[in-house]
Amino acid sequence: MQPHIEDVSRKSKILEALEDQNTSVTFDDPLENDMILNMGPQHPATHGVLRLLVRLDGETVIGCVPELGYLHRGYEKLAENSTYHEYIPHTDRLDYLSPLSNNTAYVLAVEKLLGIEAPPRAQYLRVLISELARISSHLLWLGTMGMDVGALTVFMWTFREREKLYDIFEHLVGARFTTSFTRIGGLSHDVSPESLAMIQRFIDDFPDKLDECERLLNRNRIFVERCDGVGVITREQAIDLGVTGPCLRACGVEHDLRRANPYLVYHELDFNVPTYEGGDTLARYYQRNAEMKESTKIVKQVLQKMPAGEVQAFKPKKVLPSKERVYTKMEELIHDFMIVNFGVEPPVGEVYHAVEAPKGELGFYIYSHGEGYPWRLKIRSPSFVNLQSLPTMLKGAMISDVVAIIGSLDPVMGEADK
Amino acid sequence: MNEQVVQKLSARFGEQTFETSEFRGELTVVVPKEKIVEVCRFLKEDVDLQFDLLADLCGIDMYTPMKRFGVIYNLYSLKNKHRIRLKTFTEEEDPKVPTVTSVWRTANWHEREAYDMFGILFEGHPDLRRMYLPDEFEYFPLRKDFPLMGIPGSLPLPKK
Repeated sequence: MQPHIEDVSRKSKILEALEDQNTSVTFDDPLENDMILNMGPQHPATHGVLRLLVRLDGETVIGCVPELGYLHRGYEKLAENSTYHEYIPHTDRLDYLSPLSNNTAYVLAVEKLLGIEAPPRAQYLRVLISELARISSHLLWLGTMGMDVGALTVFMWTFREREKLYDIFEHLVGARFTTSFTRIGGLSHDVSPESLAMIQRFIDDFPDKLDECERLLNRNRIFVERCDGVGVITREQAIDLGVTGPCLRACGVEHDLRRANPYLVYHELDFNVPTYEGGDTLARYYQRNAEMKESTKIVKQVLQKMPAGEVQAFKPKKVLPSKERVYTKMEELIHDFMIVNFGVEPPVGEVYHAVEAPKGELGFYIYSHGEGYPWRLKIRSPSFVNLQSLPTMLKGAMISDVVAIIGSLDPVMGEADK
Repeated sequence: MNEQVVQKLSARFGEQTFETSEFRGELTVVVPKEKIVEVCRFLKEDVDLQFDLLADLCGIDMYTPMKRFGVIYNLYSLKNKHRIRLKTFTEEEDPKVPTVTSVWRTANWHEREAYDMFGILFEGHPDLRRMYLPDEFEYFPLRKDFPLMGIPGSLPLPKK
């Protein structure tokens, strides 16, 4: 069969990029014989549709070119054509393993643009859901990371815990996966006492369950040897490459936006920012486990401190009024109609707001012309930027470590490809 | 902190070089594109400022004839925990902006994305390929004149 012309030109450009790379790596016993291996986009270990072109000398990786875009859905274009409220469900589909933190990040950026703030109860609840999302995301990571290097039991155990979390989300929000819980100026509805009791029960049990998983791995010789010293990235390289989140903190940089530029009510809560030296896969494993423990602490405090009150700010023309009022009051009916059809009217200006999502710095840059639609909305997704460090980490690694290194970065392609 | 940045920049490059504005406490500095690499390097290497993390770089289509495309740099300083934004514009006919990959390596993929979406050409970029879309795609989808529904037939399906 004749190869398709376009295919050939596309392939050659990627190949050229691979061939242009500096492939000078020193390692024992080089074969001086190159092989190019294609990995993905359909490959179970790439956690989605990531495609890698790997250049090998024997079993050692000497060059790598990641190819993205297999899950590109044009969310930035969609944002320019939908009102600020209409865009909230799309944020669920970015990092689909922690939709609640994406919802929070997006509405915080819009609220900054509008110059409004959610009431205290809503802010506490947003912290609560962000931290539960972090636990859920890191739990999935822990399970799949274990599975990537051959430890299957951990996967079963962490998914059992995640299942409980998803039951909580279903009770709390009404949906397990695509939550769309936040609204501009607050939340879609208040939470019930039963769901708070469920969270309390989960949080009380969780440290023991995490400890069980850690006992399977921490002193597991196979796991430690597969991870120790694999995929090393230094502090300077990580900052230069823009790596954020657990991957940066595992290099010893104490940078956490919850502490550095506190948003919501993080300044009122007591938590540590753990860091690890080493910058290898093992350090990233310890890092995420430590973060889950800190999140547990935060959730406990939120459950104690959360004040009663409204969960929607009272800002007519900016915040959607409650359905009760829409059905009974003239003014609210008009506002509801205007917001739904034409959108809120923000001032002319531009804002960038970033939060510490499970994967790193998730930022939204909004440029507004004063219309109901953003003129430009840019999603700064942590997975996209973290993936850029992959060629640096892979250089000089063994082919079997590629899987462990991709796993340790925790990329989600829904977010990287937008 | 914002005043300090403006002061330092005008002391180094002269006051007429920049337009500055502030909105919701965020500083935006508009830099002429010839100076962008120099300004970025200065901001990164200055001992007091140290904007060592390029958090984000993105393109924007202003849809005005003189300044059609813009490039926006969101910088973050790990030391001062502070953010600023740089902006530069380029014309429609020949949308070229010098690359800042020599200052921050992370700009590489961000610039590829901006090229992919807007067709902004980054001069001196080591590997300016499309980031997401296939190479044979001829359009730049985030430009305002690209229709939301796409252009039928612009992406040929592989032959059976």
